[in-house]
Amino acid sequence: MDKQHLIEELITIITPYTEEKSALERVGENTDFIKDLKINSANLVDIILDIEEKFKIEIDNDSMAKMLTVKATIEVIESKLQANAG
Amino acid sequence: MLKEDILHKLPYGKSFRFVDELLHIDENGVAGEYTYAADSYFYESHFKDYPVTPAVILTETMAQIGLVCLGLYLLKDASDEAKISLAMTSNSIDFLKPVYPGEKVIVTSEKLYFRFNKLSCKVKMENVSGEVICKGTISGMLISKPHG
Repeated sequence: MDKQHLIEELITIITPYTEEKSALERVGENTDFIKDLKINSANLVDIILDIEEKFKIEIDNDSMAKMLTVKATIEVIESKLQANAG
Repeated sequence: MLKEDILHKLPYGKSFRFVDELLHIDENGVAGEYTYAADSYFYESHFKDYPVTPAVILTETMAQIGLVCLGLYLLKDASDEAKISLAMTSNSIDFLKPVYPGEKVIVTSEKLYFRFNKLSCKVKMENVSGEVICKGTISGMLISKPHG
């Protein structure tokens, strides 16, 4: 799965958790879930759980702590997918 | 951890504690009961001349028993447990029956998940006849008490 596809999948997951629809249209690698999309920490947990389900990966506490931006989240997903494949 | 220990750890004052007794608690869920004293302050104004327990108080009762008591139990091994509690972050509840002054209710909660410091539970409240008063899901996040 290429990076652009991953970002699109991620936007689909995030959409129900943010009211910042205009920020959602401008999502890029540097988008910050809390600052830009005004997602609270409780909904961030739900996003992580949805990511686990969508990509069939398991996210540990250390990885979760890093997943505050689109870029960091994509990196975690990619590394977990690689670990699963290998 | 004893059920009594959990009650002692609850962070509420007398006029806002809606747990009398825990009937059962384990890693997967909790059951507890509460009787709304007929002279509780909110009956004076909710409503004028027609006292009925406010839905927010029913919600608070479900959260205190179903979310906070269970959370304190699940966190029993935390290193600094005196300083932590749970704050409700969301709920979705359907209300089916009113609760009048002096009525006793039983709250049953089933853990949906507890991950990344978020506890989510399926909670229902019943009267002593076993009729469902309200039901839904309640979630909360672990917080550090600022003056704990």
